[in-house]
Parts: sequence; structure tokens; C-alpha cells
Amino acid sequence: MIALIDYGAGNLTSVRKALTAVGAEYFTPANPDDIRNVSGLIIPGVGHFGTTKALTAAWRTAILGVVDCGLPLMGICLGMQYLFEGSDEAPEAPGLGLLAGTCRRLPSLVKVPHVGWNDLQIVKPSRLLADITTGAMTYFTHSYAAPLTPATVAQTDYGCTFAAVVEDCNIFGVQFHPEKSAAAGLEILRSFVQVTRSPDREITRSPGRPC
Amino acid sequence: MLAKRLIACLDVRNGCVVKGVQFEDLATAGDPAALARRYDAEGIDELVVLDVTATIEKRRALEDTLRRVSAELFIPLTVGGGIRSEDDAAAALDAGADKVALNSAALQEPSLLTRLASRYGSQAVVVAIDAKRTADGRYEVFARSGQDRTAREAVEWAREAADCGAGEVLLTSIDRDGTRSGFDCSLTAAVASAVPIPVIASGGAGTFDHFDEVFTAGRADAALAASVFHFSEHAVADLKAFLRGRGIPVRL
Repeated sequence: MIALIDYGAGNLTSVRKALTAVGAEYFTPANPDDIRNVSGLIIPGVGHFGTTKALTAAWRTAILGVVDCGLPLMGICLGMQYLFEGSDEAPEAPGLGLLAGTCRRLPSLVKVPHVGWNDLQIVKPSRLLADITTGAMTYFTHSYAAPLTPATVAQTDYGCTFAAVVEDCNIFGVQFHPEKSAAAGLEILRSFVQVTRSPDREITRSPGRPC
Repeated sequence: MLAKRLIACLDVRNGCVVKGVQFEDLATAGDPAALARRYDAEGIDELVVLDVTATIEKRRALEDTLRRVSAELFIPLTVGGGIRSEDDAAAALDAGADKVALNSAALQEPSLLTRLASRYGSQAVVVAIDAKRTADGRYEVFARSGQDRTAREAVEWAREAADCGAGEVLLTSIDRDGTRSGFDCSLTAAVASAVPIPVIASGGAGTFDHFDEVFTAGRADAALAASVFHFSEHAVADLKAFLRGRGIPVRL
């Protein structure tokens, strides 16, 4: 059972519908204690980075506890940015710090927010993009973006080159909205759901040790 | 590279798709859910459901229509028509819409855009602007489905709406709506170069060349049409192949 964390950052109707479409079993936990026995976590979200402050210390502890057990966590859009150390959008709100780096505003030489379908350039093999090829287009809507790091498995160009998909052991993230990205998006969600069904505890992430 | 978006508009009244010429003379075109499925299969990038009579009759967009349209749809869906409050927007988003388009209500109360943007994010808030060319060559904004003059100028209102938190502009030329005589590229370019947010051009699509023009001369980020897609099979795929041939980035 996947826990879909609802912290009030946007509407989750579309995410729920897409998870149902790929055959996932999921629920929305009411309390941090409810995520003790899950098979994986999804942190969705759109809007301002400051809304992540709704994830209190108890939530953060519970989420990090699940990750420490080697269970898969996927962040979507704002949820992916939350995996990093923070964002210039709300410097007072710390990210989870599971991935190194800070999210920055897209350069003003292009229209911001970045809205629409853009292509993924795959830079290394990953489980999340196992069934996706370079050039596949997905639907983005965001003003801030995560930096390119060793965790980047696909990048996208818009005013700059940013991390579109990240994967580091059991940490996964997509900057775009897979639930709004037609067949390609559902394929990516399906891959994540597959990971939650057969998590490889051997590749649990631990600080300072590559997996 | 960011693709230019093709958006199909379903003008819905009483649960049926209709299409007007210059906002009047509505004629039935089909079932919204069936059309939505067809467009999705054909590769449309986005859908807009406009409850064309909602504002006039002071009722909300039909939520069951939205639920039926969004049930098997995994592309962005915008709803407009009769969104007058945060509650209206919440009901539309809960029924499966990803964005709400505000027109008359935003003109009356621009702070509604701000409240919705802070609650759902700017990406969920579209300002719909209906404009008509005046005798002196300016573009005047009209409210209530083109019925009421506002004396507001389109570029100036688009700027203000963007400042208030709108994340996109859905810009309709009342003069061109339903005429199939081409988008109003000068109106579109004027707004698109004045605001920092994406502009969706609407009104007047009749041929594939019209889309090429509005993406180049009109500087549009997306183009919306209804009849062009409603009445012919394979129009979406053929149009995308045509645009790609003209060097315009599209999602195939």
C-alpha cells in the first residue's frame, strides 16, 4: 500500500485517478503514524515551496524513517523539489535534504512559469524511466527547478538545463506531472508502483555511500 | 524544446457540446466525454471545457459533465464558465479539472485571482479575456460572454491579471470567434509580448496555416480551437504533422 501524502499543496484528484489507472493501491494518511507499514510514499504537490511547511517535524521524521528502511519515495513537481535541501522560493522552509542542492527560479529570459509539454533527455539508465526513451514529452508547470546533480537521470531545457527526473537508490522524483502526461506519464507511474512491489533493500540509500 | 500546445475547446451547454459563431447561434456537436476520448487518442495536448451559458444563467459548470470528461483523461483539463468564487473553483477542481478559467468574476474582483493562486498555485488559475477591436484600433475587454463592454484595454488587463496571480491567459477574439477566418494575430502578439505568462490564442481557427501564423506572427504559446477539431477525423494528428513540417515544435 502506497501512502499519498496530502499536505494541502494543490488538488490530488488527478494523481489519485492516475494511480488507480495503473493499478496501484494507495491511501491518504491522516497522521504521521499511519505510514509505518507502507510499501512506498508519494509526495505530490504544486504551488509555493512554503506550503511544504505543513509537513511538520513529526511528518518529516516519519517520512525519513520510511526512507531509511529502504522503501521507495517519489516526489512529484513540488514534491520532487522538497527532496532537495531547499528552494530559493521559500528559504525559511527546509527541504528533506535527501538530495544535495537547492532549487532555483527559472531564468527570466523565458516565460515563467514553464507551462506545457517538453522533452526528456535521458542521461543515465534508471528504474523509473525503464520504459521511456529520450525525446518523450511530459507536461510541466513550474517556476523553480532542481539543479543537475549525480542523481539526475533525465534533464530538460527551458531557459536553462534542469533536473527533470531524479533517482538515487530508493529516492525518486519527477519535476513534471506524470498524472497529466498521457501514456508516457502513466508508464512512469507504473514503473514506480512496480518498485514499491519489489523494493530492493540492498540498494537502500545511506549517507556518503553510493548504492 | 517546449512544444506549442494545441488545445481543443468543448463549449458545453446542458451537458452537450455546442459551437457558436460570434458567441451566438449554438448548434449541437456531440457528447463531451466521447469527444474528449477521441481528442486524447488523437494526441490533443490539452482540453478546455467552457460552460458557455453558465455566467448568463448564473449557474455553475456542470460537475457531472466534468467528472465524465476527466474520468479517463490524463492530459490537462481546464474548466471555465460561471466560476465566480473560491467555492466554485474548489468544486470544479474536485470534479477533475486541473485549472479554472475566470472571466467576468476576475474583472469584477481581481483579488479572486490572487486568492485562488495562493490556495492552488498560479498554474491552476487562467484568466480568460474576451476582446473586440474598437474603431480606433484598440482592443476592448468584454464581460459576460461578450455581452457587456468594460472599457478595459486587453493588454493592460492581461498585465494586471498576471500581477494578481493568473498563470496563463486564454485570449479570445470576439470578432474572429467561429468565423474560421484566422486568429487575430495582432491582438495575440500584443498581449503575448506584454505579459510574462503563457498566452493561449482563441477565436478564428479555420485552416492549418492559421495555426502556423498564430504561433509565429502571433507569438502564441498555445492555440485553442473547437470546430476545426470537432467536425473532422484525424485533424489533430494531421495538424501536428503540418506544424512540424513548418519547423514549429509540437508533441507527436
